Amino acid sequence: MALQDKYKGLTDAATAAGVSDLQVREQDGVLYIDGTAPSGAVKDQLWTKYGEIDPNFAGGDVVMNVKVAMDAAVTKVKVTTESSNLNIRKGPGTDQPIVGKAAHGETITLVSKSNDQWWLVRTDDGEEGYAYAQYLSAE
Amino acid sequence: MKMLRLLPALVLVAGLSFTGCKPKDSDIKASVEKSLKENPATSSVMVMVNDGVATLSGEVADAAAQSESAAKATATKGVKSVVNNVTVAAPVMAPAPVTITADDPLTNSVRDATKDYPTVTATVADGVITLNGTIAKASLPKLMMALNSLQPKKVDNKLTVK
Repeated sequence: MALQDKYKGLTDAATAAGVSDLQVREQDGVLYIDGTAPSGAVKDQLWTKYGEIDPNFAGGDVVMNVKVAMDAAVTKVKVTTESSNLNIRKGPGTDQPIVGKAAHGETITLVSKSNDQWWLVRTDDGEEGYAYAQYLSAE
Repeated sequence: MKMLRLLPALVLVAGLSFTGCKPKDSDIKASVEKSLKENPATSSVMVMVNDGVATLSGEVADAAAQSESAAKATATKGVKSVVNNVTVAAPVMAPAPVTITADDPLTNSVRDATKDYPTVTATVADGVITLNGTIAKASLPKLMMALNSLQPKKVDNKLTVK
């Protein structure tokens, strides 16, 4: 229970922000926080809160897997890399050959999100493949 | 003729004696309560008796205790009928076990997630991701978000934050 107390501010914030399917479980000295945030902003806010409680996330006592709810109707996603192009690969994994690239800031078509980390996308040039989901955000 | 004249009186006497035999509501209530208290599962059920009609209320843990409450009340002497308003408590949701990704897929996903951080070395063992090296403070949350979403057992962050 000590961990739940330590991170009470975080889990309370998650509840207050309307995180759905929120699950908080403590197991073997790690607090697992799972849920679905209504927006990317809420997810960022929770990570800021986590960073306030555990600066630099060095404690190793939390695994927070909060996803961002995405409208099923979303079919367009924007490439949100730091500045570089986003690789589009034949399969889900960096070991897969690159079949195309999407420019930073470009909007591309989302085909499928069957894989959490790798989304199947299609560029306007018709290149279809898997791109790393972290660098894609809903329009 | 005499008999006929006596009839109402007999009926009255019969009625009175019947009323006399009938247990009082408060006694019925006490017997039902006693019977319910025998089982801890039904001991919290509350009883009201009005003209032999026993009304049960309260909350029990399961459907078995709910029907047992009614059965016990029905079996109690003096109870004409039972109104069972006992509700079954919503089951307490047992938390789903924590899902931890197996090392092989986790290693692949970690490699994908750390690819763009050349100063970060990540190793995976027994579901624990250990991070070594250096990282810019601004990039740390993004990396941690990516790694936390892979469902590891734990992230052991030994990175030097610059």
